[in-house]
Amino acid sequence: MIEVLSGGALNLVQDLGRSGCMAMGVSRSGAMDAPALMIANWLVGNQENAAGLEVNIFPFRFKAERELLVSCTGAHCALSVDGHPVPSWTCLEIRPGQQVVVERPRLGVRAYLAFSGGVDAPVQLGSRATDLKAGFGGHEGRGLNRGDRLRLLPQCLSLPGRAILPLERVQYAEAMRGQQVTVRAIAAAQADDFSSTSLDAFYSTPYEVTPQANRVGYRLQGQPLQTIRPIELLSHGIAPGTVQVPPAGQPIVQLAEANTCGGYPKIATVLDCDLWRLAQAGVGCRVHFKPVTVAEGIEALAQHRAALANIHRHLDVSPPA
Amino acid sequence: MRDIDIIETPAAELLFSPSGCGAVLVDSSQPVFSPSVQRKFFSLARALETDQQISELVLGVNNLLVMFDPLVSSPSTIEQLIQSLWLYPDALPSTPRVMEIPVSYGGEAAQDLAMLAEHAGVSIDQWIECHSNATYEVACVGSMPGFAYLSGLPAELAKPRRASPRAQLAKGTVIIGGAQAGVMPCTAPSGWHAIGRTDVDLFDIQRQQPCLLLPGDQVRFLVREVAS
Repeated sequence: MIEVLSGGALNLVQDLGRSGCMAMGVSRSGAMDAPALMIANWLVGNQENAAGLEVNIFPFRFKAERELLVSCTGAHCALSVDGHPVPSWTCLEIRPGQQVVVERPRLGVRAYLAFSGGVDAPVQLGSRATDLKAGFGGHEGRGLNRGDRLRLLPQCLSLPGRAILPLERVQYAEAMRGQQVTVRAIAAAQADDFSSTSLDAFYSTPYEVTPQANRVGYRLQGQPLQTIRPIELLSHGIAPGTVQVPPAGQPIVQLAEANTCGGYPKIATVLDCDLWRLAQAGVGCRVHFKPVTVAEGIEALAQHRAALANIHRHLDVSPPA
Repeated sequence: MRDIDIIETPAAELLFSPSGCGAVLVDSSQPVFSPSVQRKFFSLARALETDQQISELVLGVNNLLVMFDPLVSSPSTIEQLIQSLWLYPDALPSTPRVMEIPVSYGGEAAQDLAMLAEHAGVSIDQWIECHSNATYEVACVGSMPGFAYLSGLPAELAKPRRASPRAQLAKGTVIIGGAQAGVMPCTAPSGWHAIGRTDVDLFDIQRQQPCLLLPGDQVRFLVREVAS
């Protein structure tokens, strides 16, 4: 068990999300920064898909009620155990009664906590992820309140002392210091319906993250984008990462809890493997879209998976087959 | 594969557009909604459901989003599979279920009713009568959990979606958007217009089938009350 000691309706139990439920209108949900949760899980000896916490409201405090391993990844946050600073991106041994505090991030916006065993939330539609919009999954379908107690599944390994900081994260932190983030995007169905001025602006000028940014999607603000003529589309499925442009001309990027269908014209789709970069971009951050082809997108995905597999090999402690 | 040559070209040509590198949006080239094309999409979705290469299927209105792992199946392989299935559609059940949804028209939830009536050039009562006399069909389920896109909105009631979506529309709000009708299954942002509310729960995770309405169902809105 762990006991939550701080309020924060946007602190959520998340795993890697639901698969195969979009036909019911159920979003993927899951960690916005999926690689961060995967690595946090590997650090404490869990399967990558174990449920942990996505912390969106800081400072976040909890108390351990049993001996456990904890790791914190994602946003760069100061972390302490009973008031003593400890590093993130490592595996920490926590004793019963100890309090862990995750402070407001210096860089990035979402921190991930993994616990040995993983959070024992009920599996609904194949996942433990909280679907805030529909109010199910995770801990009672809602964010965590002070006093909530979370059961953990049995742990099987003891592996303190392990640490990792992926190079990709170091490079990302550099960019974030300048409040800039670059994501790669593939032209979507209505790309050709936008004026050439709009397409130029989309790929060459920054779009700022507005306060209307959450797990559903980010509304961005920048050079307005216009289609050559007004377009009213029949509703169609949209994948996370889809950049829609309502007639007002400001783009919206659909994310983890995005609606599964929509009707606004789509200018582009951000690569799935770049969505974590958006997940860690806070209000005011300037987003640059870099155009890539489908083939380049597939190559990027292959590299992303290879990099994660490499991290997993580094952290894997299971006996060789 | 010589016999391919003698098959007639189907009425609707398919258009494929990438939605990222692991998804393709399959669209009919029809500019307006066609119920017969939609039935072809029902059977295409049904045929793809059991294919191991497919991770998600999102049926839209005269279109289908097909998601897959691009490191396992290339986009062109998936497109060929879809093209071949489109040529040989499966038969579908012929008698649809009829579902009834009681509605409180007007009142606080109906922020756009007066504007819609004015746009259509009719009184609010006439607008409500027209909306509740029509028979709708579930074209697809999506957007939000259990949200049914309903075709069959009388053309004179249609109105394009809002230029910018509202940040929040309450669960149970009865809405129209473009030529479609629907009911909010949960509180969420929406670019559609609000005309009333209902207590019917469109999505309940505790039910064996969480979605109340499924593609192909017929739907009628019953006037429970008209609030001023």
